[in-house]
Amino acid sequence: MARAAVQRRLTWRSATVLDNRAETPRVHRLVLDVPDWPGHLPGQHVVVRLTAEDGYVAQRSYSLASPPEVPELHLTVERLDGGEVSPYLTEEVRRDDILELRGPIGGYFVWSAAADRADGEHGRRPVQLVAGGSGVAPFLAMVDHHRRQDSSTPLRLLYSTRTQADVLGRDVIGGTTTVTLTREVPADWRGETGRVDADMLARCTFPVADRPRIFVCGSTPFVESVAATLIDLGHDPSWIRLERYGNSGEAS
Amino acid sequence: MGVLSRGFRRGRRDRSDGRLPPGQYDVGDDFPVLSAGPTPHTPLSRWDLSIDDETGRRVRWTWEEFRALPREPITVDLHCVTTWSKFDTRWEGVAIDTLLQDVETDTGFVLARCDGGYTTNVPLEDLIDGRAWVVDTYAGEPLAPEHGGPARLLVPHLYLWKSAKWLRGLTLLDHDEPGFWETFGYHNYGDPWREQRYSGD
Amino acid sequence: MTDTDNRRDLVAARRLDGNAAAGPLADLFAVDLTEARSHCASCGTTAMLGAHHLYADSPALVLRCPSCTEVVLRFAAQEGRLLLDLRGSQLLVVPVPNGEDGPA
Repeated sequence: MARAAVQRRLTWRSATVLDNRAETPRVHRLVLDVPDWPGHLPGQHVVVRLTAEDGYVAQRSYSLASPPEVPELHLTVERLDGGEVSPYLTEEVRRDDILELRGPIGGYFVWSAAADRADGEHGRRPVQLVAGGSGVAPFLAMVDHHRRQDSSTPLRLLYSTRTQADVLGRDVIGGTTTVTLTREVPADWRGETGRVDADMLARCTFPVADRPRIFVCGSTPFVESVAATLIDLGHDPSWIRLERYGNSGEAS
Repeated sequence: MGVLSRGFRRGRRDRSDGRLPPGQYDVGDDFPVLSAGPTPHTPLSRWDLSIDDETGRRVRWTWEEFRALPREPITVDLHCVTTWSKFDTRWEGVAIDTLLQDVETDTGFVLARCDGGYTTNVPLEDLIDGRAWVVDTYAGEPLAPEHGGPARLLVPHLYLWKSAKWLRGLTLLDHDEPGFWETFGYHNYGDPWREQRYSGD
Repeated sequence: MTDTDNRRDLVAARRLDGNAAAGPLADLFAVDLTEARSHCASCGTTAMLGAHHLYADSPALVLRCPSCTEVVLRFAAQEGRLLLDLRGSQLLVVPVPNGEDGPA
């Protein structure tokens, strides 16, 4: 029972690559088949372990971009120049390759429809997601799960990215997502532009009075700036959960 | 060993000139920033450097006094326990020999103390005779906070965790006092050429 | 003095959340620690480990109190052994699943 659940999470499993496709200019989507995957909660991540012929090992964490309802696991990997792992996962890995991974991991940065249904006290409070760049990955799982479960929890995503071509998860983000472009804006763009600031948060996210449960994910500078601004606006810090991806410029 | 990942290889550089200690790689132009805690930001007006001997006597310099001490350029290789090495790094600073000129001591042990609480221990003989400095300039520029500025210890013949960042003082002791990493499974001495990374190596 | 206001603090930019320690800690702990509540031995603040500040570049994982920034936990995986220093936590209260099957 509990021990079996523990065993599964600790075990390194072999994942077969079903697909590796470029979803945006910098980000690839890896679709993996993991037999006997125990399921996961939206927001959790996996650790991928790579072993070279000389025994050298590299490990990296990736948020699961797919909801538990989808049998395959989806990871979104941003190729970072000079990185050791991301160029391999985006440019080299191909169908039928085997990757080792462990998970699902993390109970802190998760949201699920079932938990809301079971939670009489907080389950009706809206959920606000704020994403910077590839930090949208765990939120793709949450948003897709929300729709598939027909959850009655009010949920919104504010998603900041460089250009329209960089938007991930187009088939999933739907009508509850506000996208803001920070680098390049097409002439016919009707959405938001510029960085996420106090004004945009006040206009595009659940107000303080709604007592939203807030999740912020992206590069460390993005997360810290948004979190500080949310607190300045009056949101309760104990209801803001953060997942920092580290320095966005750091090779990985 | 794990399942082999087809086509994966380490993105690390080797060197053939004998300057790379075992298990290290050449990080090239990069200068990784590794830290165990937040960057301290002590204003220079409040900064001082002190040396305490085993009787509690203290020699102290303010920033202006430190900057007025005889200083020299230093070019050395750095070796970090996380396996990167960086070659021909250029620094400027004051030799520990200079700082110890007015200090009389019978002890053999030193504990470096830093803003933010970091500590590391080094035998006194590894800091003297031109083996170590307190440096405040890197590559011709004032030492950046993330690399240990305003001033850090530089002990290039040992792993880089001994070159304590944000240095504020050296305490001379009659016994060895393991520091932040030495109390957590890292080698007490840390010679990269004998690959002394962990306690028990 | 270097003008710190104009320079992005590279150390702060690399700081992660305790959530990211969940993977490495899974080598040692049977349960997920990210929702565990730790009482800081330095300042007494109680917070979930997932909310602690994680410094993951240096030779080991260092988790610091989000309130006073003192070290709460150190964890390292070395060749053939794992190290854990929990002196910075006065008490760790860890929620465990009731034992039903399903996602952890």
